[in-house]
Amino acid sequence: MPTDIQAPEILYGPLSPMLIVFAAACIGVLVEALAPAARRRGIQVVLAVGGLLAALVAIIVQRGARTLTAGDAIAVDGPTLFIQGVLVVLGVLSILLLAERGLDGSGGAVVARASTTPGSREDMRLADSDAMQSEVFPLAMFSLGGMMLFPASNNLLLMFVALETLSFPLYLMAGLARRRRLLSQEAAVKYFLLGAFASAFFIYGVALLYGYAGSVDAGKIFDATGDVGSNDVLLYLGLAMLAVGLLFKIGAVPFQAWTPDVYQGSPTPVTALMAACTKIAAFGAVLRVFYVAVGRDQWDWRPMMWAIAILTMVVGAILAVTQTDVKRMLAYSSVAHTGFILIGVIAVSKAGLSGTLFYLATYGFTTMAAFAIVTLVRDSSGEATHLAQWTGLGRRSPLVAGVFAFLLFAFAGIPLTSGFMAKFAVFQAGTAGGAGVLVVVGVVASAVTAFFYARVVVLMFFNEPAADGPTVAIPSALTATTIALGLAVTIVLGVYPQPMLDLADQAALFIR
Amino acid sequence: MTPWLTILGIVPLVGAVAVGATPRRSPLLAKQIALVTSLVVLLLTLAMCVDFEPKGDRFQFVQKHDWISSFGVQYAVGADGIALVLIALVAVLVPVVILASWYDADPEAESSAGTDGPPVPERKRSVKTFFALLLVLETMMIGVFAATDVFLFYVFFEAMLIPMYFLIGSYGGPKRSYAAVKFLLYSLFGGLLMLAAVIGLYVASARQGLGTFEFDKLTQMEFSHSTQVLLFLGFFIAFAIKAPLFPFHTWLPDAGAEAPIGGAVLLVGVLDKVGTFGFLRYCLPLFPWAARELAPLVITLCVIGILYGALLAMGQKDLKRLVSYTSVAHFGFIGLGCFAFTTQAQTGAVLYMVNHGLSTGALFLVVGFLVVRGRSRLVGDYSGIGQVAPVLSGVFLVAGLSSLALPGLSTFVSEFLVLVGTYQRYQVAAILATVGIIFAALYILLMYQRTMQGTLSAAHEKMRDLRLREVLAVGPLLALMIVFGFYPKPLTDIITPAVTHTMEDLGVQDPAPSQLNTATTEKR
Repeated sequence: MPTDIQAPEILYGPLSPMLIVFAAACIGVLVEALAPAARRRGIQVVLAVGGLLAALVAIIVQRGARTLTAGDAIAVDGPTLFIQGVLVVLGVLSILLLAERGLDGSGGAVVARASTTPGSREDMRLADSDAMQSEVFPLAMFSLGGMMLFPASNNLLLMFVALETLSFPLYLMAGLARRRRLLSQEAAVKYFLLGAFASAFFIYGVALLYGYAGSVDAGKIFDATGDVGSNDVLLYLGLAMLAVGLLFKIGAVPFQAWTPDVYQGSPTPVTALMAACTKIAAFGAVLRVFYVAVGRDQWDWRPMMWAIAILTMVVGAILAVTQTDVKRMLAYSSVAHTGFILIGVIAVSKAGLSGTLFYLATYGFTTMAAFAIVTLVRDSSGEATHLAQWTGLGRRSPLVAGVFAFLLFAFAGIPLTSGFMAKFAVFQAGTAGGAGVLVVVGVVASAVTAFFYARVVVLMFFNEPAADGPTVAIPSALTATTIALGLAVTIVLGVYPQPMLDLADQAALFIR
Repeated sequence: MTPWLTILGIVPLVGAVAVGATPRRSPLLAKQIALVTSLVVLLLTLAMCVDFEPKGDRFQFVQKHDWISSFGVQYAVGADGIALVLIALVAVLVPVVILASWYDADPEAESSAGTDGPPVPERKRSVKTFFALLLVLETMMIGVFAATDVFLFYVFFEAMLIPMYFLIGSYGGPKRSYAAVKFLLYSLFGGLLMLAAVIGLYVASARQGLGTFEFDKLTQMEFSHSTQVLLFLGFFIAFAIKAPLFPFHTWLPDAGAEAPIGGAVLLVGVLDKVGTFGFLRYCLPLFPWAARELAPLVITLCVIGILYGALLAMGQKDLKRLVSYTSVAHFGFIGLGCFAFTTQAQTGAVLYMVNHGLSTGALFLVVGFLVVRGRSRLVGDYSGIGQVAPVLSGVFLVAGLSSLALPGLSTFVSEFLVLVGTYQRYQVAAILATVGIIFAALYILLMYQRTMQGTLSAAHEKMRDLRLREVLAVGPLLALMIVFGFYPKPLTDIITPAVTHTMEDLGVQDPAPSQLNTATTEKR
């Protein structure tokens, strides 16, 4: 056997955003070990936010980079940088939400010791203490690092590593809710088991694709699809299994079953991180696989994705109608939105790619702000997420209810919100790409989603508040910043989206 | 050239912000700002109408700026004669509505001002929000008529729903949230179908080498027949829900009955006109082949709507529902005028839009005044009101007569033009529609007779007649009805050139007089 394995050349510049985030995460672990307990939280927040902002600067510096590096395993190109930029900004917002402790006594959303038996006296005591598990910050940073790597992976094995890197911290964080511990632990276990199952599908798919192309490089697989006479069965099976793993992460039907439970049980800041960032990162990976690795093979995979997209839109929209919990409703609405975004993916064009990127960015900010508002509405037992408790909120606190209503209208795609512009972008790309039928399904599903968004608005504004209803906590600057920024992006991109569209257009080219 | 349309759009928005910024404790200030703003808009609109050259370009006061170049979208506004008169209608109705709804959001203020009866315990509602919503709505209504870019039109078309949704849902009657959601979902569903058609239109234009939303450029293009039919249906269903044509009308009685009276006036008076405006502006010129092929179908729906709406109106016990159903019938007439494809009928249809806004607006207002006094919407709860409130009763009569198109009132002119114009092409439809006029006389006169005449019940002996504010609100509408009833020329002068353009885009000519008798069998 030859022993001269060459070390691949590594371009540290294009990798710097990810390296910074991972470094900050590692330092965070050291801080946990070394810093005095009283000061850990403060240090962690500064470290995490600082690390993410530094990564943002690095992304801006690298904005022109279009290169493969680390032995072609990592592609730093337009879509990668765009997605990383969005992820980093949203990451800052979710860290701010995690750091909030003014709402729930003085503790924040995260429990002090996750291993305590739910419902025990110790558990009750911890729920009201002001301590928290500050490991959540390095965990979030590791997860964000994995998310940044996910769409950048040009090599399916590395993509698997990124998938696990982003998932494991999320499994843990899902179980960290301060209140309703049992629900939270259930969410963590469910997410872990189903996630592990999906990962197994993914890696099996990678193995089959290796059998097909003799490589796990996206570029090599692309080359192989051009050869006649290769074993297409392996390609189809491999791609299908790979798709299961990816579709699980974006929450497409029929792999959506975990979303409502996990969204509901997790601490709301973590839910925000999952709903906004994980979805964006996973769509980045979907785009890389379907546009780069099997981009030439679109006539084979498009029918499958058509079916998935239709199912996702319809099932997500219809099941959302029946929900009575705000977080579950937002979970199903996120499923429906996955379907809308898939229309952009299916378009397989530059417009489809830039439309998808634009949609992801707008959706991320709106979602982040919406979950931030969910953290504010509370009663004595923590967040009041049952929809009945939101009755008459518009009369108690018109500002919070008004902002939430605006965000819901953005989800529904009413003009003059970013949600409309995003929907328009993917629908236009879809129609131009020959998916007119999908677009019609999409608009009908949009009408259904509008029904349950409108229902929440009715509850908040057109009904009298209940006498013992929840109160709206006054947020500190941390949560307020998140809401304000999410809202501002939703408004600005709804009125003048051109700069962001330009950014997405410039980014909309994969390298191979 | 003065950018009239942009100014008109911005002024109410500024007013809305100012109203929103007033302190909660001084609702009067909010109302005053709202009224002044709407009057300023009215003055500006009058100035714009003076500036308009009926014989000039098709679109005047044109402005075009790039908005979202990635989508090929422009901020493009301009007014033709049809849009101009409808914008004027908006400008007239909004101050009227503000004046008429002075106490609608805070009934306590009125009872403390010493009117009828003991104060009724009411929910606390934000006064300034009500008036701010009205002004926001005014901006959007002006925008929707002024837009000459299909995307921009769509944006206003959909965004307009939100303020109306809150007006109905927050300030409406007992079943307000049901009515608000029904209104929103019907309109949104139609709107989203239209969104698919708007996108389809862009893609179809892109296939011809120029992806655009510009109305001027789109009318120059020829789309394939199947494309035309699909896109026509996408637009048509949205507009038919909005208008509302039979069988898409079921939301209107609920929304009209539950909306606060000011909201109902704007809903039926203006928002619904966007549907019929859309027929003339978008369905016909953009998809002429499909429009010509499908016209008989639409005409049938319109005739059914005229008769069915009138029959249902006769059967209503609720005053506001009754007026809403009369509108279903009237929109049948307007639709008939739009799709009969004669200059007379289309001119009549546009005139009808304006006159219907005035007459039904007035009718809704009077009904609203009556309901505020009697605290009931049921016809059966009133009797002999004319004895205690002669002015109210008189205004009721004039508004009602206008609604049934009595000669001498403006609606007569438009109804006559529509029927004559329709007869040239669709004789049966015209004859059936004429039956609708008889029905109209029935439901209006019966309603008047039951409520205003007869013996006065004891409960209503102390009912006050119209106050000065209310007379000031409804008076201008009556005056305009009478003026345009005798002298519609200023309106027709503005409308006819625009209609001529529409007919040219449509590729249809008026049937020659000698062909009158064979017009229905004529194939083009």
